[in-house]
Amino acid sequence: MKGKIVIDTSMCKGCQLCIGFCPKKNIFLSSQLNAKGYFPAQADTKKVCNGCGICALMCPEAAIEVYRDDEN
Amino acid sequence: MTTKTKQLMYGTHAAGEAAIQAGCTCYFGYPITPQNELPEYMSRRLPEVGGIFIQAESELASINMVLGASVAGARAMTSSSSPGISLKQEGISFMAGMELPAVIVNIMRGGPGLGNIAPAQSDYFQATRGGGHGDYRTPVLAPASVQELADLTFLAFDLADQYRNPVLILGDGMLGQLMEPVVIPVRKKNEALPEKDYILTGAKDRPARLVKSLILDVKEMEDHNWKLHRKYQRIEQNETRWESYRMEDAEMAVIAYGTAARIARGAINRLRKEDENVRIGLIRPITLWPFPAKALRDAVKKTGDFFVFELSAGQMVEDVRLALEGRGKIHFYGRPGGVVPTPAELARSMARHYYQSKRSRKK
Amino acid sequence: MKKVYSRPKSLRNVSMHYCPGCGHSIIHRLIAELLDEMNLQDQAICVPPAGCAVLAYNYIDIDMVEAPHGRATAVATGVKRVRPDNLVFSYQGDGDLAAIGTAEALHAANRGEHITVIFVNNAVYGMTGGQMAPTSLIGQKTTTSPHGRTVANEGPPIRVCELMAQLGGPSYLERVSVSSPAGVRKTKAAIKKAFEYQIKKSGFSLVEILSPCPTNWKMDAMASCAWIDEVMAKEFPLGVIKEVQC
Repeated sequence: MKGKIVIDTSMCKGCQLCIGFCPKKNIFLSSQLNAKGYFPAQADTKKVCNGCGICALMCPEAAIEVYRDDEN
Repeated sequence: MTTKTKQLMYGTHAAGEAAIQAGCTCYFGYPITPQNELPEYMSRRLPEVGGIFIQAESELASINMVLGASVAGARAMTSSSSPGISLKQEGISFMAGMELPAVIVNIMRGGPGLGNIAPAQSDYFQATRGGGHGDYRTPVLAPASVQELADLTFLAFDLADQYRNPVLILGDGMLGQLMEPVVIPVRKKNEALPEKDYILTGAKDRPARLVKSLILDVKEMEDHNWKLHRKYQRIEQNETRWESYRMEDAEMAVIAYGTAARIARGAINRLRKEDENVRIGLIRPITLWPFPAKALRDAVKKTGDFFVFELSAGQMVEDVRLALEGRGKIHFYGRPGGVVPTPAELARSMARHYYQSKRSRKK
Repeated sequence: MKKVYSRPKSLRNVSMHYCPGCGHSIIHRLIAELLDEMNLQDQAICVPPAGCAVLAYNYIDIDMVEAPHGRATAVATGVKRVRPDNLVFSYQGDGDLAAIGTAEALHAANRGEHITVIFVNNAVYGMTGGQMAPTSLIGQKTTTSPHGRTVANEGPPIRVCELMAQLGGPSYLERVSVSSPAGVRKTKAAIKKAFEYQIKKSGFSLVEILSPCPTNWKMDAMASCAWIDEVMAKEFPLGVIKEVQC
């Protein structure tokens, strides 16, 4: 694994910009409603994440933290 | 500019110099007759004292520049004449809601609409009822001489800071253009004024500050309105100003402010000189809001006749009626549209009402 | 693993009221990131508009003063003249800046006030419910142009940057969009440059940002971004419109 993202699902409004722009198509909508009443974005941990940060760049809610391996 | 010495000055210039002596460092305005000599004076004087002068693109812009300068901590003012003051009402309402100090000078002219550029008192309602939208008041100071225009301009800045509220000075074309000897007040630091703990300086070593009038929660908005209302009550208690003239023996009290009060004095003196049995005095409101209602109610105990004289079709007369609450007899003489009657003309109307009342009292 | 991105410090840790996919939220975040990176949080003063972004003061953790609708550049002028060493910026929508506040904006620009304007162009009045804006496109259906905007009735959309570029006062005018990762990066770079112009007291700077309003456009967030790139950017060409070396 090169990177990972942590989504604050309580902040997410399910706009899907992260899903649409993720180059690895690693993000999908959860089937669980959050407290706001949205289906929040969720990272697919089974897939490889580059830690490129594009999801966080597009996230209107600043709800995504991005981690990356030091070597990368 | 030397102060403390008596000098001959235009009303507008005296207001400008008094503002500078009061520590005003920002003037923003837009040309309109008959007050252009004030921005002209400020454009020359403010840079000399390190102040800021901008001739703005509109009245809207100028009042909002005042808002910005005020929230940044400066003493700021603007001036205009009736149509321009209408445009400024948006900003005045915002500043009242945000509790920001400012001084606004209105050198009134005849109206409505573009009207004319002659002296009038046509904006009394607008000035004393808040003027813009929303439930608010602004203190309104009404000078009757160039000296008083200077003194009240000076006072206006202290009142604005003390109560965190816009303060209006209501003059007219006559007062603005008049030249009279005047002593400009010199500023002493007023230690009694509250510290400006709301101004925006950047959130360095403190939490960020927010100055706003948007309060979406109705309960909070109501609380804010009551808070403002309590402030207006304090202003009513502490800041009501008026002057009595020859009221000691008066059977009839003339009620007039500003330029109209000067004409009334002339008329009273003329009638008293013609007939030594004439007992007419003058109550001159200096603050139009708060209106000196108590002074009128006190007067009604001795004199039952009130003669209201305005350079309008009758605006302040409504405050007189409210103050007297049905007591006394109210006569009205108004000259709207920029007509300024002579003391002789006014005296004729005053005498007619005075002698008629006297005859009916004898019956 | 090392954390390479997290929520900026200058953005308060509260959920914003904006609709899902709204560009305002992205732009707020970019401003907050720059305030952190440029160390400006403790000297910035923002004048938010009347419109959706009026509540910006709940999110960006800096001194703020509200302005009447359209008057933000006049208020910012007053603040900046009194406090020349603070970073003073207004944040305005298309209705605020290009309709009711056109005079204030053009004249502040023409005076070369050392302020920055963040101009969010989403071609619609957002807060009031999707009415036609001065920047709505020809043919664009809004709640007050139900059959589409026409040149005959409403005139063509106003290009603010090009209009201001005719004036002598502005130093830096750039149009960007937050409709793609590259666009968001360019937007951040443009705002940074605009702030730098101000810090160097090099005159008036304005960044016009084409920004999605999915709710009033009746599109989802991705389709809104595509509409900006494919339709809106044709009417409002991206790039630096005016730049005077500072």
